[in-house]
Amino acid sequence: MHESTKDHAALAALFNKDEERVNWHDETLWWIRQKRDKNVHQLPEWEALREAASQIKFNVLSNLHDYLLQFEKNATANGVQVHWAADAKEHNEIVHRLLQEHKVDRMVKSKSMLTEECGLNEYLAEQGVEVIDSDLGERIVQLAKEPPSHIVLPCIHKKKEEIGDLFHQYLGTPANVADPQFLTEAARQHLRDVFLTRRAALTGVNFAVAETGEFVVCTNEGNADMGAHLADVHIASMGIEKLIPERKHLGIFLRLLTRSATGQPITTYSSHFKKPRKETPIHIILVDNGRSVQLGRKEFRNSLKCIRCGACMNTCPVYRRSGGHSYHTAVAGPIGSILAPNLDMKKYKDLPFASTLCGSCSNVCPVKIDIHDQLYKWRQELVKEGYTPAAKTISMKLMAQTLSSPTLYNAAGKSGRFVLKHVPFLVNNKLNPWYKEREMPEAPKESFREWYKRRDA
Amino acid sequence: MKVGLFIPCYVDQFYPNAAIATLQLLEKFGVEVTYPLSQTCCGQPMANSGYEHLTKGCNELFIKNFESFDYIVAPSGSCVLHVREHLHDAANEEAATVLRHKVYELTSFLTDILQVKELNARFPHRVGMHQSCHGQRGLKLSQMSELVAEPFSKPGSLLKMVKDLDLIELGRTDECCGFGGTFCVTEEAVSAKMGKDRVADHLHHGAEYITGVDMSCLMHMEGILKRAGSKVKVIHIAEILNAE
Repeated sequence: MHESTKDHAALAALFNKDEERVNWHDETLWWIRQKRDKNVHQLPEWEALREAASQIKFNVLSNLHDYLLQFEKNATANGVQVHWAADAKEHNEIVHRLLQEHKVDRMVKSKSMLTEECGLNEYLAEQGVEVIDSDLGERIVQLAKEPPSHIVLPCIHKKKEEIGDLFHQYLGTPANVADPQFLTEAARQHLRDVFLTRRAALTGVNFAVAETGEFVVCTNEGNADMGAHLADVHIASMGIEKLIPERKHLGIFLRLLTRSATGQPITTYSSHFKKPRKETPIHIILVDNGRSVQLGRKEFRNSLKCIRCGACMNTCPVYRRSGGHSYHTAVAGPIGSILAPNLDMKKYKDLPFASTLCGSCSNVCPVKIDIHDQLYKWRQELVKEGYTPAAKTISMKLMAQTLSSPTLYNAAGKSGRFVLKHVPFLVNNKLNPWYKEREMPEAPKESFREWYKRRDA
Repeated sequence: MKVGLFIPCYVDQFYPNAAIATLQLLEKFGVEVTYPLSQTCCGQPMANSGYEHLTKGCNELFIKNFESFDYIVAPSGSCVLHVREHLHDAANEEAATVLRHKVYELTSFLTDILQVKELNARFPHRVGMHQSCHGQRGLKLSQMSELVAEPFSKPGSLLKMVKDLDLIELGRTDECCGFGGTFCVTEEAVSAKMGKDRVADHLHHGAEYITGVDMSCLMHMEGILKRAGSKVKVIHIAEILNAE
């Protein structure tokens, strides 16, 4: 996982040193948001679909225990082997053990943000297991030795010329070739060899159906299928919140997922895995890793409805101008900022503040998570738990005391003195960060209060 | 009808003309307006920073100042949204609940309560309307571009009643300006970039004025415009609706 000692603001400031790049990043993601808008506006029932999905997920979260057991029972009856992992460490150890049992030290993996969250690639590398990511975007960031910057578009921060350079270095394409079609073909040839030679494949899970014990993996590249069908063993890792009660509910979720994610009507491949073929076992690992803790946080449990479409990132004006890596966590953007503090409040204390609370994220969310309200609530939680600087707490207390008392507020004769000195964005001082790129407002001769008193006199 | 005028602290100090226009506009419609002199602030700067638990005093004072009015009106979507969502008082929750329901942002008070259908206002300029997020997505003053729903705009419908006003289209109809309260200093780089981009959209479409329901967003964009030496001005919507 991406380790960093800098907080979001500092990393975002670094990203903003290259304004042209920020413009390009912003416009690329805004284009995807527009594709999403165009697509969803073709469905008059869009808002009803969101509401239905939100309520189905609410039902799942309210009965998670029962659905998990139902899923385990049905999956087991189908011949799938079910494993339970309490945390990232257990998950990684289970994967490693399964690979050892099959005497495999090279694995192909399709996209799974859960394995990013668990740091699986790093763990397996330490155990001497080589993992190749087969999603094109993930393969690109893997070659660049970087984490994904977006959950659906892992290399959205890379320009095609940079990808050409990487492919030249690692895949032997000619220098200075940045034609996307040419580069994609080179990646196909490279990955074809990987698919043909790896005997173990790991995939993520988009939806697991409690009623049938099957699971669905959505990709645009068919890479999950290529991996799973050619390998001797298929391992699927899923967060325990990925359940849906019945197969018919897929009709709602599959319509929402890719329209929200990329503005496509549906993913190119929505593959159902139910029963293993003879002698090619399927293992499914149900991973908690903090999810049941989040489930117990009443105000934050709805965050577990997330189907990982990334729409909140594409619409977020802060994400578009700070880049996914500035969030220094596997799942970036608004949704990441309400999930990460649950895993580690200290490490991710900055993320709920990396937002203007504009609310666009909650409006695009296909399962109607109240993302911006949860950002606000995490701020309260972080302050209560003591994760804010002491100086900030002192100034907030002083501000609260003064604003609670008209006498104190007006004590200096002109209430404006208080505003000028203490409201953070108006501190009349050229060291104020406001002043770096913005002029201060000018104080007029007469405040409204003074005008009003004069008028009434 | 008795209305308590709630003027955000920074508007009182830096933008008295927005407050004066609000008061005069309400009086034009025969409303009896009073500005309680003991008001300070709604408490939002603390709450949005994670210190909502310190706003008890602000809440009590707000209730004391505004309890006796039929409505409370403010030329701000953001401050009104804060009161609507977070005004509580354990000792007087009933009064807090009543107040949460009778506090209004100016333009929605004009369209929903006073049911204004015409205005005697003229503003012969090209104007860009900034949709402040808290007013738009919080108070639902205008339809939001993310939703599949019928378009409408309360402030927009009022601007259409102003003679000779040329309301421009924008590339991005409802993107945040990046102010965000303390965000504008704690996340200085992103905030300033968002402000620059928002201003550029208005300039590109030929705005002479940028207006909106929240002076805080306008103050942010004004800071950017002035730094760039632009002649384009920001103006609170109350001043346009009150312009003759």
